[in-house]
Formats: sequence, structure tokens, C-alpha cells
Amino acid sequence: MKNGVGVAQTIVLFGGTSEIGLAILGKLVKPGVSHVVLVSRDIDAAEVQIADIAERYPDLEVHHVRFNADDSASMVHVVAEVSQQIGDIDVAVIAQGALQEGVDYYANPAALLSVADVNFTGTMVLMYALAAQMRSQGYGKMVLLSSVAGERVRKGNPAYGATKAGIDGFALALDHELVGSGVSVLVVRPGFVTTKMTKGMDKAPFSTDADSVATAVDKAISSSKTVIWVPGLLQYMFLILKNLPTAVWRRLPL
Amino acid sequence: MVMQRLSGWGRTAWTVADLVHTTDVDVVRSTIGTAGERGAISRGLGRSYGAAAQNAGGIVLEMTAENDPMGIDADFDPLTGLLTVAASVSIDAILRMCVPQGWFIPVTPGTRFVTVGGAIASDIHGKNHHIDGSFGQHVRSLTLMLSNGEVVELSPEQNPAWFWATVGGMGLTGVVLRATVAMLKIESSRVEVETVRLENFDAVCAAMSADGVDDDYRYSVAWVDLLATGASMGRGVLTRGDHAAASKVDNNDPLAYDPRLTVSAPGWVPNGLLNKWSIKAFNEAWYRKAPAKSHIGLESIPAFFHPLDGVNRWNRLYGKQGFIQYQFIVPLDRTDVLRKVIEKFSDAGVASFLAVLKRMGPQNNAPMSFPTEGWTLTLDMAAGISGLAELLSDVDSLVLDAGGRHYLAKDSHVSASAVRRGYPRIDEWMSTQEEMDPIGLWRSDLSRRLGLVDYRRSL
Repeated sequence: MKNGVGVAQTIVLFGGTSEIGLAILGKLVKPGVSHVVLVSRDIDAAEVQIADIAERYPDLEVHHVRFNADDSASMVHVVAEVSQQIGDIDVAVIAQGALQEGVDYYANPAALLSVADVNFTGTMVLMYALAAQMRSQGYGKMVLLSSVAGERVRKGNPAYGATKAGIDGFALALDHELVGSGVSVLVVRPGFVTTKMTKGMDKAPFSTDADSVATAVDKAISSSKTVIWVPGLLQYMFLILKNLPTAVWRRLPL
Repeated sequence: MVMQRLSGWGRTAWTVADLVHTTDVDVVRSTIGTAGERGAISRGLGRSYGAAAQNAGGIVLEMTAENDPMGIDADFDPLTGLLTVAASVSIDAILRMCVPQGWFIPVTPGTRFVTVGGAIASDIHGKNHHIDGSFGQHVRSLTLMLSNGEVVELSPEQNPAWFWATVGGMGLTGVVLRATVAMLKIESSRVEVETVRLENFDAVCAAMSADGVDDDYRYSVAWVDLLATGASMGRGVLTRGDHAAASKVDNNDPLAYDPRLTVSAPGWVPNGLLNKWSIKAFNEAWYRKAPAKSHIGLESIPAFFHPLDGVNRWNRLYGKQGFIQYQFIVPLDRTDVLRKVIEKFSDAGVASFLAVLKRMGPQNNAPMSFPTEGWTLTLDMAAGISGLAELLSDVDSLVLDAGGRHYLAKDSHVSASAVRRGYPRIDEWMSTQEEMDPIGLWRSDLSRRLGLVDYRRSL
């Protein structure tokens, strides 16, 4: 569980090479954290990414568990394997995501399946598996990286937006379901984040970076908040954007 | 099953457990028989600050008795002063029963709302540690339920290893059911107290040193102003005294005892109520309230020993964020470390509402008992201060490098390695603990964080 100053003893990052995920890990690892687990497809890459954190905290035990983010059914085993390595899972940062920018879904509609698996189906299975583990622990926090893209899904990458919308709603309802169990979910809705995943793409207005997202998560994780927006102003922007008439919304140069 | 959110007195790090309120031995036995792999821990009045009496996902046995002095489960011999009492009874109830008969609890912490079981598990200390030692030294025997449901009788003579592993053992050796405590004879319910205002930290340490007259007083403690800077840094008010003789009390009934709760903290308090400025103002008033020249007067037991108990639920004053209490001890010759710690907190702008300094006497036989010869400094601070984890980690290093340690009943943040360094007899304690609880039933949030019981031990 977390200690009296809000530091969790064990933190698991799903999507262990995610730039935002690693930035969050960088903020959450403080004196008092004993175990970190990176769950990723590419263990060597994850190893490199965490080197600076490991250097700052020589007592920290770093573990690796391999997973395929689009293998939804495997998530149950993944959680079991993590728990076998470290015991309790105090904080789980769920950062795997598939953007698949530039894929021609007209030519290859089946490519949508992997987007759905990574962003939605697999994440749902993962979150229930984590919820079961955390409920038995009497404590736990899941941090889900959602996106403002799910707030009002747009053309360009409807699969990404739609799966984010789906998992965002799922996570909020799961958090509601877990009231009283000691387990809760923090849904993080960043705007456009400049990372390697979005390299070369046009920056949207109110873009942010991984460090800002991480700072916001670190601040919110000890609070009772269920949703945060980064930057915070987006919450009010989307109040308006969501309610614009379709004709206006479609003309917006976003 | 009643799943309930629990925290310690500091109101941080809430977790959910199956809470079973009972004082019945058979219910305790049958309840622990149903425990799963999350195990069980006993809880008294929830006054330990951190997670000592929490067990996330497991069973918490809430062993608190009705606070009725007429109905408490106790057997008291007013001739010998030996009190045999259920572990679920509070010091409050004991004082109500025994003070009018001329007996006092041999060791009391700053609150009377602790149970006898909790007092043993934390091996609590009070203002008289330099003379009388800690609570465990006044326990003549105790009965303990082991994880297999068996009840054993332990005393310093009869199975001393198990007795001393239970004293200060944070509830991880079993459930204390009853204990026999040697009470302290008193003539009155008043304390003759000398109050001395001391203008800086050196003066405080000098006044309380072992070379001075401090050992002439049974009770001695200093309140320290951590926000005072410059030449006044660490100024304080020393109070010391002993139970007053009946002849000094101008009253028909020198043993009259009537503790009352005066006010209650409101149910909701904003997080920032206790801040640097409000505490600075309080400190100034508190310091000025003490007479500039040493002064001797009579104080009641609640006023001298349990001033905070006058405010019901005072722990809410820090608001929803909660607070942590930092208590450590360093060897007698390391007052330099005390200064460094005070400076570190002061530089970081951390305001402490209550900072208390005390010189402790020698360590007892319990491997995990906190008090050892040295200076103990206690301070509280809001849990929501940003950067607190890093700051405390720095301070922990100062304490540990000086050969000091942290008090587990107060702790809510130290690491497993800090406990290993601070408590050199931990391995001996762990092997006794394993002998007493081979199935690893007793677990708490504290034991998980500090690795006091290996979580891999299967139930």
C-alpha cells in the first residue's frame, strides 16, 4: 500500500516503454518505493529507459515481465506473474496504447483488431484482473492513460478515439464499482502529447508533454480525484467542444 | 464480513480490512481460524499513528472494551498494586478505577486512550522513561493467543524470549488477552510540576542532561519551538515533576480524579489550518505563557500527562490530508544530529505543532522496543507537504548514520532497510516470531512495508 506520505511500495508500468508511462514512473518513484515492474514487449528497451531511475535509487528492485499488448486473453496471466514476483501491486500505470497513424484501414480493415485489443479489449481484461488482485489486497490504485481524443471522436483516426472513449467510460464505471473496496482508478485525459508516438504529426492546440502529464498524475494520485485533464484547461474546452453542433464541430481545424 | 476503511491516528494511508469487533476469546479463536492468506492483526483504540493496526485485505480484530470503570474486566489488589486486566481495557478506564484507590499506571503515553494490549505491543514510554523504563518493564505476566488458537502464559521468568518478543512486537506474535501490571503507588491525583523556560536548544539539552538534576525528577519532558530562528533556535519549555504528596494538596479528597473531554475538533477542517503562521503564533503564545523564572505548581493528571486528550479527535485538525508523527532517538552524545534535523525541517518550512524532546533511559530486554539511552525528538507535520518523502528520507539517513532509530508505533514512512539498521536485534526477533507463528498468520500493513514478516511465508 502507500505509506503515510503517499508513496506506494510497488509500482507496475504496463506498456513499459511508453514515454508517458516512464515519465509517470519517474515522478512516482520516491524514497519508500521498493519494487518497480516494467511490463512490456521489448525488455531490453525497457531496461535502457529505466536506467536513470535505477541509478537514483540503488535499493529499488526492478523487475521485467514480457507481454503482448494485443494478446487480450493473456492479461490474466500477466497480472498473476507480476504478483508472483512482487506480492502486492499497489499502483498500476496502464500506458499501453496503439495509435497506428497512417494505416489505410480501407485497404486493411483487419488492422483495427489490434487497435481494439491494445486500447480497449486487452485493457479491460487487464483492469479487471488488476481489480481482483487489488480488492484482495484491500488497497490499490490504477492509473489509466486515456485521451481527449475519446471525448468527441473525430475523423482522421476514429479507431483510436473510439477505443479511448470506450476504455475511458469503462474505467470510470469500474472505479464506481470499486467504491468501498480500497481500490480506485485515476483516469488521465491528456491533450496532444509530444512524444515519439506523435513525432512528425501536427501539434494540436493545447498540446502538452510527458513531463507535465507525469507531474499532474503525481499530484492527483494522493487525492480522491477520478479524472484529470492535462492541461487542466482542456476540461473546460471540451465542455464547449462536446456540445457544438455537428456542422460546426466538423469544420473546426483541430 | 464487515469491510471497513481503516487508518492510524494520523489519518493517512487508508486501507480496507474485514473488521471484527470482539473481546471474546472464543470469537478471536474462531475468527483467526477463518483467516486467508492476508492474515490477521489486533487493533486497540487506533492511536498508533501509522499502519500498525491495519491489515489491508485481511482481518483486523478490534479489541476494545467498554470504557466503564465499574464494568471493566479487571482484578485489582489495592494492597499490592497488582492489576490483572483484559488487554482490551484502556488506560483511561484503569485510571478511573485505580487513581481514587491511590494507584497510578506505571507508564502512560501522551494519551490515556490506549489499550493495555496496544501498550504492550508498542512497548510505550512516557515522561518517566529515564527513571522507570517502558511499559513492558512493569508487566509481570501476560496471556497470549497464538496463531494456532492456543493460549500461553508468558512472563520475564517463564519463557522470557517469547515474552520480550511480544513486548514491542507490534502485535505480530499473537493477540494479548490479559496482562498483570504492577501499578505505581500515589498519595494524590496531583502532580507537582516545575516549569522552566529555556531560551535556546543548548539550554534545553543542558537542563535535561544526565549530568544535571534531571534524574531527581520522575517525569521530565521539554516542548521545543522548532520555528524559532537565530539565537532562539530550539527554545523550549521544560516541565518536570512527580506525584504530589497528599499533604501538598489543599483538598479533602487528594485522590479525586475527574478527567473530562472539554471540546471536540470539528468534523471538517481545511487542510491548511495548521500552517507555518498559525503554529508560529501558537508557539509564541505557548513560550510566553511559561513563566520566565522557574515556577513550581500543582497540575492535575489530565493536564500534565494527557493535555491533548482534552480535545476529542484532535487528529482531525490537520484536515483530510492527515499528518505524520516523526519520532526518532539518537545516542546521548549526538545532540548535533538533533540540531541538524531541526534545521532541515526548519529550512524546508515544515511547521510542527508539537515538538517534544526527552532524554531516555537504558534499553530493556525486548529486541524491538524503541527506547534506548539517548535523546528522542517527536514532531508532527501535515502529510500533504510537497517533497516530504525526500525530506524524511534525508532525515532518516542522519538519524541512522548516528546510530539512531525510529519508533514503529509512530512510523508511517520508513523503509525496511531503515528498520534493519535501527534495530540490530531484528533477526533474533524475527526468528522468535517465526517460532511463535510458524504459519505467518499475524500481518499488518506495517509488517508488510517493513518486511517484519516475510510475505512469502505461506499460510
